[in-house]
Amino acid sequence: MRQFSYSRPDTLDAAQRIPEHTRYLAGGTNLIDLMKSDVERPKHVVDLNALSMSQIEERPDGGLRIGALATNADTAAHPLVTERYPLLASAILAGASPQIRNRATNGGNLNQRTRCHYFYDPDMACNKRSPGTGCSAKGGRNRIMAILGTSEACIATFPSDMCVALAAMNATVNLTGPEGERSVPLRDYHRLPENTPWQDNILRAGEIVTSIDLPPLSFGPHHTYLKIRDRLSFAFAIVSVAAGLQMENNTIRKACIAMGGVGTKPWCVPEAEALLEGKTPSPSLFRDAADCLLQGAVTDRDNAAKLKLAPRVIIRALSQAAAGTPQSQTQKTIF
Amino acid sequence: MTLHSAKIGQPVSRIDGIAKVTGQARYAAEPHPAGMLYGFIVNSPIARGRIEAIRDEAARAVPGVVEVMTHLNRPHSALFEKSYMDGLGVPGSPYRPLHDAEISFNGQPVAVVLAETFEAAREAAMRLEVDYERWPHNADFEASLHQKYMPGKTRSNYVPPKSRGNAAEAYALSPIKIEGRYHLAPEHHNPMEMHATTVIVEEDGTFTVWDKTQGPQAVQAYLTSALSLSKDQVRVRNPYVGGAFGSGLRAQHNVFLAVLAAKMLNRSVRVTLTRQQMFTHVFRPEAVMDIALGAQPDGTLQSMIVNGVTDTSRFEHNMENLVIWGLINYKCPNATADYKVAPRDTYTSSDMRAPGAATGVNLFEMAIDEMAYACNMDPLDFRLHNYSDIDAMHDMPLTSKALKEAMHEGAERFGWQNRPMAPQSMRDGKDLIGWGMATGIWDAMFSPTSARATLTADGRLHIATAASDIGTGTYTILAQTASEAFGIPMEMIDIELGDSTLPECPTEGGSWTAASAGAAVWLACQSLREKLFKAVGKSGNISAWLTEGLSNNTTVLKDGFLQDKGADENLRLSLSEALSLTGQDRLEVEETAKPGLRGTISQMRKARFTHSAVFCEVRVDEELGIVRVTRLVNAVAAGRIMNPKTAASQVRGAMVMATGMALHEESLMDERVGRFMNHNFSEYHIPAHADIPDMDVLFIAEEDPEVSPLGIKGVGEIGMCGTAAAIANAVFHATGQRHRNLPITPGD
Ligand SMILES: Cc1cc2nc3c(=O)[nH]c(=O)nc-3n(C[C@H](O)[C@H](O)[C@H](O)COP(=O)(O)OP(=O)(O)OC[C@H]3O[C@@H](n4cnc5c(N)ncnc54)[C@H](O)[C@@H]3O)c2cc1C
Ligand code: SF4
Repeated sequence: MRQFSYSRPDTLDAAQRIPEHTRYLAGGTNLIDLMKSDVERPKHVVDLNALSMSQIEERPDGGLRIGALATNADTAAHPLVTERYPLLASAILAGASPQIRNRATNGGNLNQRTRCHYFYDPDMACNKRSPGTGCSAKGGRNRIMAILGTSEACIATFPSDMCVALAAMNATVNLTGPEGERSVPLRDYHRLPENTPWQDNILRAGEIVTSIDLPPLSFGPHHTYLKIRDRLSFAFAIVSVAAGLQMENNTIRKACIAMGGVGTKPWCVPEAEALLEGKTPSPSLFRDAADCLLQGAVTDRDNAAKLKLAPRVIIRALSQAAAGTPQSQTQKTIF
Repeated sequence: MTLHSAKIGQPVSRIDGIAKVTGQARYAAEPHPAGMLYGFIVNSPIARGRIEAIRDEAARAVPGVVEVMTHLNRPHSALFEKSYMDGLGVPGSPYRPLHDAEISFNGQPVAVVLAETFEAAREAAMRLEVDYERWPHNADFEASLHQKYMPGKTRSNYVPPKSRGNAAEAYALSPIKIEGRYHLAPEHHNPMEMHATTVIVEEDGTFTVWDKTQGPQAVQAYLTSALSLSKDQVRVRNPYVGGAFGSGLRAQHNVFLAVLAAKMLNRSVRVTLTRQQMFTHVFRPEAVMDIALGAQPDGTLQSMIVNGVTDTSRFEHNMENLVIWGLINYKCPNATADYKVAPRDTYTSSDMRAPGAATGVNLFEMAIDEMAYACNMDPLDFRLHNYSDIDAMHDMPLTSKALKEAMHEGAERFGWQNRPMAPQSMRDGKDLIGWGMATGIWDAMFSPTSARATLTADGRLHIATAASDIGTGTYTILAQTASEAFGIPMEMIDIELGDSTLPECPTEGGSWTAASAGAAVWLACQSLREKLFKAVGKSGNISAWLTEGLSNNTTVLKDGFLQDKGADENLRLSLSEALSLTGQDRLEVEETAKPGLRGTISQMRKARFTHSAVFCEVRVDEELGIVRVTRLVNAVAAGRIMNPKTAASQVRGAMVMATGMALHEESLMDERVGRFMNHNFSEYHIPAHADIPDMDVLFIAEEDPEVSPLGIKGVGEIGMCGTAAAIANAVFHATGQRHRNLPITPGD
């Protein structure tokens, strides 16, 4: 960790007037970790915690707005979330540990960085950390790296669980910055690495995530967050699937599906959703959806297991959603 | 309240528990001497080569930085490699920290930044610029197998495998054969407490070194030799150790560097490793075992051929007892084994909980399971059918082996008799259920140990020995031992451990501490009691009942009082009263326990082992292949159990670690740079609570007066041996799929 200046402004306006090399601090569970490892080297740290952005409130359209500073734990436990967006609660609870979720915020979760081993180790070449140095993960120990959306420059996953559910539900991210406010669909918020992997998302300098809007949406019991990982708790996803289905007389009216652990961003394929809509659930239908979701997947040295597992996890998640038996995050049996 | 003496064998709670959970217990990184500097180590990013240049201007410019210590400016340390030999006795040329410009492993310390604050030291470390000349290296285990060799000089504890019969011919003739290559990934010890050293420069210029180690006297010996100090210049302390699992057997580089820096600057220094840096030193070696077994159709083993290799560094020959366990534990007329080490450009692998056996027993027991199935025999029956009552490799009798009893009692507790033989025959919903078992074996060792017992004017008993309690419960069992041996309540006993100035005790490891230090304490207490009785007898004015009792040998020491056997409670004398009668303010004895108590039992020509039978239930999701361990039963035959509570904790802890071995733990080597890449707790997966089921640990009655003076065998490591195999075998029973590589991870 290198010396930095610290400030804690109490207006959004002040928080946006920032010099170069600034990082915002929310819960700090990711940023501080990276600073200790010398991966993030901000000259200025601007603490957002004096701003009031931790609301969880209903929207006029029947949707929900969750504040960027609301903690992951509070969000997952909020009655409006557990009643109306259990898929989101489930995805949050599938991640990290209670201690970390108590501290981690929704804005921080959106902006957390990859867990790529090489990104985390300043002795190693990494285009995301040090543009132009190369990608050590290619041909290296890349069991945890992505198989979808990768580029020559970077194959790292975006590791969030919460964002997978948000992507499935087509949430919207509200931003405010020196150039004003804007709203961006979550599916467009994170970027593919292409040849600029250091840009994880579309956030501009001085821009702050203020809240996330969830559309009015109900799947009833027909949803699930199924996460496969190297141990049964407290590990990032090898493959995860967030699925929500609106069912009508055993027909899928609307399908929302996103994947985590496999993509360089929360992975959504609208064609796969379209393919499910208007159909009756069946294993072969789900297999088609899996094929569609995984189109273009490329494996590297160590991560073929992801491609082997992914279709099975998709099929199982869709079966759970169709049957109305969401995966429990405490009971580890997968139904 | 009357206080009663505790007995060996009672489930006493840890006497150091309160100190630990209230933060009173002091660990190596916790003393804070005035003017202390913080040292932060800079590690090499390359595996082999040499340092070309070090530019430290930017580092020195960080406010608070006092010094950047490198091979160029460090104070004198010993020249010869042999001065850096430590107690573990690994042959080869030990690594000499900051000795010269040469780099021989990734992560090798190249500098230590010393600063007034930890933050300044760390920042300066990040700003240090080092140029390297890179030399070719090999850190790939597969590639290193082509260079495998048998070291010319072997480790002192190495047990060479001994062949019997003609294994090759018997194998060729066997109607039933199995053969395979089994593999274990490298693992890191990762105790909760990171390695750390605080060096206090005392007023007289001597060093008090608080170090995370399993052997304070071994570290003292290492420091005096490597830094040319005399014994009275260095005192090493480790009263509390936050786990070690073998990582504290060798003096790690942090202790050397901390003392070197203190010497250089004449200031107190603390050096702590980060979790990431915990992956720059010792680890359990990667291993392969080629195992071929031959049997008759009735399940009688005919031949065992075991060839194993573990990795070591290029500069030292770390060796394990990898291949011998099956040859010892199974009756089989023809057997042979071969062991080699494979060199790679990494730091030297080292002992980790049950070194050799954790790997060798588990992989062999996976092969035995395959053989049982090849013979279409229940795996438990197969093992009973080939049971050996002796050490079959050395053709030597055993002091005891209650493995058969462990198998029966464990099987009954588990419900093994209801097990269908065929794989994939039990299911519940989408889960396949499998039951597997394995046996475990580990040495029952004893090392000569000394202890001091002192009775002080306040009537308290002080016990001292240089043993280390690495979290196993040594304080507690020694207090129990002293309580029973002397006849005094636990509350009136003080135990002092973890200090190089105390009576000699070997480094904690190999599960020998309970047996060895226990015997020394027993002996010292008995001898102190005799001394007390004699002194009281000699003093003039004592009551008639006491004079009589002492001369008739009917006086006993019970619950802290001298009294007559069976006599009235009012006629008794407290220890402080007794001591004051003698006119002395303290009585003290020091005794050394040798293999036989007071040398009365001659060391028998017998082999000595701890045994276990482990039973496991797993659930495996049929489509996803996700494995969950749902039940573990471990029946352990380990001689006399000093404290069933702390002993069961030891076994359970090892079973958790073995679950990690079976399903989670793997240090991922990037051979292109020679570095283990998942060097943090987020990506090096040890089991989480959710991965661990309720575990049932049974201790089998096993009376063994020959194994060690108190009949104790030790339980720190046996839980590793067999548990991982039982899990792998259960996975086979659930799915019908054999895994020969550990860990078994999702997607395998
Ligand atoms: C051991 C461990 C295990 C974990 N396991 C999981 C897991 O299984 N699944 C999972 O999803 N996550 C996991 N996490 C990650 C965790 O969810 C994130 O660290 C957390 O959500 C980050 O939130 P924070 O508030 O602490 O962010 P911070 O660390 O404060 O910030 C993270 C980044 O977001 C930026 N930022 C924060 N808030 C805003 C804002 N409002 N506007 C703009 N930028 C902002 C910061 O500048 C910084 O770059 C794990 C973390 C750890 C340490
Ligand atoms: S995958 Fe991306 S984050 Fe990882 S080393 Fe390559 S460039 Fe860096």
